[in-house]
Amino acid sequence: MDLLFVILVEVLYAIASLALVSAGLAVVFGMMKVINLAHGEFMMMGGYATIVSVNLGVNVFVAMLIIAPLVVGLIGLVVERLIIRHLYGRLVDTMLATWGLSLFFIGVATMIFGNTTTSITTPITGFAVGDYQINGYNFFIIFVSIILLIGMYALLKATRLGLIARGTMQQSDIAAALGYSPDRIYMATFFCGSALSGFAGAILAPLVGLVPTSGGAYIAKAFITVIAGGPSLIAGLISSSSLFGLVNQIFTFSISPVFGEVALLVAAVILLRLLPQGVTGKFFKGKM
Amino acid sequence: MPLMWKKQDFIALVVGLLLMWILPQIIGTHTLTILVVYAMLGLSLGLIWGFGGILCFGQAAFFGLGAYTYAVAAINIGESTFPMLLAIAVPSLFAALMGAMMFYGRLTDVYLGVITLVVTLILFKFVNSTAGPQYVIGEARLGGFNGIPGFPTLNIPGMPEEYIWGDALFYVCAVALLVVYFFVTWLLRTSFGRVAIGIRENETRISLMGYDVRARKTILFTIGAAIAGLAGGFFANWGEIVTPRLFSLGQSAEIIIWCIVGGLGTRFGPIIGAAGLAYLKFLLGQQTMIDNTLITGLILVLFVLFLPKGIVPAVSTLWQISFARRGGRKHRNRRTNRNVGNANG
Repeated sequence: MDLLFVILVEVLYAIASLALVSAGLAVVFGMMKVINLAHGEFMMMGGYATIVSVNLGVNVFVAMLIIAPLVVGLIGLVVERLIIRHLYGRLVDTMLATWGLSLFFIGVATMIFGNTTTSITTPITGFAVGDYQINGYNFFIIFVSIILLIGMYALLKATRLGLIARGTMQQSDIAAALGYSPDRIYMATFFCGSALSGFAGAILAPLVGLVPTSGGAYIAKAFITVIAGGPSLIAGLISSSSLFGLVNQIFTFSISPVFGEVALLVAAVILLRLLPQGVTGKFFKGKM
Repeated sequence: MPLMWKKQDFIALVVGLLLMWILPQIIGTHTLTILVVYAMLGLSLGLIWGFGGILCFGQAAFFGLGAYTYAVAAINIGESTFPMLLAIAVPSLFAALMGAMMFYGRLTDVYLGVITLVVTLILFKFVNSTAGPQYVIGEARLGGFNGIPGFPTLNIPGMPEEYIWGDALFYVCAVALLVVYFFVTWLLRTSFGRVAIGIRENETRISLMGYDVRARKTILFTIGAAIAGLAGGFFANWGEIVTPRLFSLGQSAEIIIWCIVGGLGTRFGPIIGAAGLAYLKFLLGQQTMIDNTLITGLILVLFVLFLPKGIVPAVSTLWQISFARRGGRKHRNRRTNRNVGNANG
């Protein structure tokens, strides 16, 4: 019974962290059709922003929830103005340019922080369930992901801002004719997307040690979650992260963590082969 | 189909042979060998991406697979001729399966990129976790993160004791590159090659003309993988060790950068891009002030923004504007597959 509970928490945690990792990319790719291969590095920078500000004496939650998203969002803004805005509509070019960016950021981080692992302690302690110890931070991540998804849904569906953003992404010339500047809306959306990436990196930073190259661990997972999710943002995010999180944990528990990772990737390949438009391209057409 | 030698091929041959003679007197052959191997790897992606329009993010998978196949087979067999053939055959077979899966599923641009990327990652993760003694192929232990060291290197066919190394290895690799270059040249002049370019330009049109686009893409993909596998085999001989790093994302990224910088849709571009950037990396590796990755990344960003066609097409356009007669060839180096995607992404 205890074991079942532990497994349940682990599965939920896997799903939540996948959704968290992919949220920023989902906004940038799902809405703007910009493939941000520097997504992992945005997360890495969010992690570093947290660690640096915690070491400077800032409260860890303030650092994670406010400082990291802001810092990374601003970096994203600069990136958008300098590079991405010249490449809208050129999918492969954005892919290559952001890949270059990711290498650039890894290089910068290596020069600043060196090639050593830095970390901070988890701010929430664990507790025991029967014979097992559960990491209390896992609950925090599950909680944060749920709030995040609800927040994104509410922002996009219920506010005027979300309506304008969605409209611009569908028909930017119509939005422009109605008096909204697509340029500024793209800018703002990219800011939100990168802030979300920084946020995810910050939340996950206490769990894993950070090295400049640690963004690479996330990018593939985030990428396949978003692509497999398909065109609709929130439903895609939830369905594909549930699927992959479940597959990952089943194989992690029954064989080994490495097989869990490999199984996740294999599942993604099979899924994309069967449903090239993603899960929501097939089943939830036209929904959010 | 006859060989169809043209004037420019003789020039290429002469230049190639001249370079083989001059370069070893400037740069050490040990460095040159790896540049040649990378040039071959660059050419393999240049063929399928630049002429077939297939953006493969996982060319490193075939490179690594070739290197590992060679290492494992060389340990088990003890000589190098058959392992070299296997280093070509295994990645080709793998690519044929993968390509059939992707192209018959009608996957295009981004999805293709994702799948090839993911497959490379799977190989990386798998090979990285094979440290335990249970991961053995024949007598070869896969060795996980540490890779496989100490396998027999290249020898003269039929004479396992006569090793080819040092200067000789460079000449073998250089000749192999020339052969591959002329093979690619020949392939592109056959009807198969011309149809491949047609597929790059407009897939629907070619399939309406009655060609089997899926089969042709699979075959082209397989040929690219075979060349990458050959390069991998040579790499194993040069490095005398193979590690999972061969499958890494960084390696995949580099191959793509070589092609972009050198120029797509040309045969020289990827070769020059690969050798040039690898040499630049080698030079940068000798200083510690600026991080290597930073420069590579910056180069990629700058090229995508300012010179998206790459060096070779830009130079040849400049050449045509300044010296050659106008018209006729204006569209030869047209870049494709870069402005599509928004429609179906």
